[in-house]
Amino acid sequence: MWLIRAFEESVSELVGTGEVVGLVHVSIGQEASAVGVCDVLEARDRVYSGHRAHGHVLARGADPAAVMAELMGKAAGLCGGKGGSMHLVDVAHGVLEATGVVGGTIPLALGTALALRETEPGAVAVVFFGDGAVQTGYFHESLNIAALWKLPVLLVCENNGYAEFTPRSAHTPVERVTRHAETYGVDARTVDGNDVVAIREAASALVAPLRSGGGPALLECLTYRMRGHYEGDPAKYREASEVAEWKAKDPVRRFASGAVATGELSAEDAAACEAAARRAVAAAVSAARSAPFPAASALTEDVGG
Amino acid sequence: MAETTYIGAINGALAAELRRDATVRILGEDVAEGGPFGATKDLAAEFGDRVRDTPISESTVMGIATGMALAGLRPVVEIMFIDFITLAFDQLVNQAAKARYMSGGQLRCPLVVRTSSGAGTRSGAQHSQSLEALLVHVPGLAVAMPATAADAAGLLMSAVRADDPVVVIENKELYFRKEPSFDPAPVPLGSALVRRPGRDVTLVATSRTVHEALAAAEDLARDGIEVEVIDPRTLQPLDLGTILSSVRRTHRCVVAHEAVRRGGFGAELASLVQEEAFDALDAPVVRLGAPATPVPVSPPLEDAYLVRAPQIVSAIRSLLNGSA
Repeated sequence: MWLIRAFEESVSELVGTGEVVGLVHVSIGQEASAVGVCDVLEARDRVYSGHRAHGHVLARGADPAAVMAELMGKAAGLCGGKGGSMHLVDVAHGVLEATGVVGGTIPLALGTALALRETEPGAVAVVFFGDGAVQTGYFHESLNIAALWKLPVLLVCENNGYAEFTPRSAHTPVERVTRHAETYGVDARTVDGNDVVAIREAASALVAPLRSGGGPALLECLTYRMRGHYEGDPAKYREASEVAEWKAKDPVRRFASGAVATGELSAEDAAACEAAARRAVAAAVSAARSAPFPAASALTEDVGG
Repeated sequence: MAETTYIGAINGALAAELRRDATVRILGEDVAEGGPFGATKDLAAEFGDRVRDTPISESTVMGIATGMALAGLRPVVEIMFIDFITLAFDQLVNQAAKARYMSGGQLRCPLVVRTSSGAGTRSGAQHSQSLEALLVHVPGLAVAMPATAADAAGLLMSAVRADDPVVVIENKELYFRKEPSFDPAPVPLGSALVRRPGRDVTLVATSRTVHEALAAAEDLARDGIEVEVIDPRTLQPLDLGTILSSVRRTHRCVVAHEAVRRGGFGAELASLVQEEAFDALDAPVVRLGAPATPVPVSPPLEDAYLVRAPQIVSAIRSLLNGSA
């Protein structure tokens, strides 16, 4: 979580300087779901994400320097600079796609789950998406088919209360995303999305049956993005009091102070972890900065048809 | 002599590919029941749940097939009518076609989409379209349009073996057309076929219109006009070399297809021919296609909509008379 937080704070600054390019969506305030879920996954599992994907890719173990280089459009980036912030792929760490099309990776995760069930029994597919994606046809069609075919897929909804600039209540009368699971008989839980330990426990409980022939499952993490929809969004649609209320529930500080309070982590170790994360991000930025852009020939490489 | 149909050839090719490669899967509406035209007849009995019925959820099903392909399977997804591919366009255009490129080559997407196209069945504007130009426009997709049973089988076999997405557009009017039986063999993508040699004009036609073109050529031959009929078989990749070498001999080119003329594949081909062989042309390239209207149901209206042999004959006579 410290790494993701430090990474995205850095990304936010680098958007300001123009070094990180394009449309960028950070997950500051939402790191717990990425970490809590990915912590129960194995190397053989496959992950998909949406447009707010930096945290998921880092939580799977991607090299921060390669992610940063990708965000800068450099050849050393995960995707050679051709994917960018919204389309991160790291096959070596089991991240098959992230997408700029809201909801678009939900069916991909179903297809991969079907393939895994046949080729790597016990492995699972996971897809992260926001609450905005719940209003797409993909979510509903996918919930139906995943339940019908009992696919080993975990759908993780990071419900931050806003679809772009609009509160959830303006888009749907259904308050809890997990309500939709009831119709299809899908195992589902709603958890405090800023409590990484609770998320980890819920994810673990939901994933276990998927490994032994059950499925699918839905995990709703109630959280909040501390920044706007995209970097540069002034987020005038939110009250300052609401932001302050959630700032007090910051998942990173909450985990650290909780672990220190219970004696699982010393204050010195917590500070050392945070410092190490900041050093790793600084090194990643430095490496990405000095990396070259792709050769002109890359423009027409890796396209089929 | 033993005969086979276009649809029978597709069925045989699917069975052969399922037998050859354990990673091949079929999915789509009604496929386990054989499908509306019989393309997947009896396959579920032999291959079990490798042939999987899906709900009527085209966009999600296209996404599922893409997700299967990204995880190493070779899915063949059936979109019953090409009109419904519009529902699945997001997954096809934004995910399947781009996965390899956006991932910097980390991913391959060996996805095959089979779909049926074409008018002539009085089925109206939402079950009769020819939308291949929309697909050719999308980088990352290959587009095949078989005109014969042998090509329907052979192009499908190559599509299943390709590592990038291929859309195979079949033609409904050809489904029950009979041909002498043949040994199915893969037909390479990007390989045009000269269906009839001729010295006077190059006639490029696709899918069902190939047969109209051959009938037109037969008719014109009675007057001593020798038409060379070329079937590109795949629009992307396009075997432009075969077409250009013909145009350099005949000095005239006509392109005929069933799709709407405006923004159609003929426009692309005419442009390519004029860019690459302008000096060889004695006249502008002629394009024949449907008017810019939806496909009507009323028999005389639909008959007028389609490019048939007489229209091709007339266009070629005008071209040779210098009045094109």
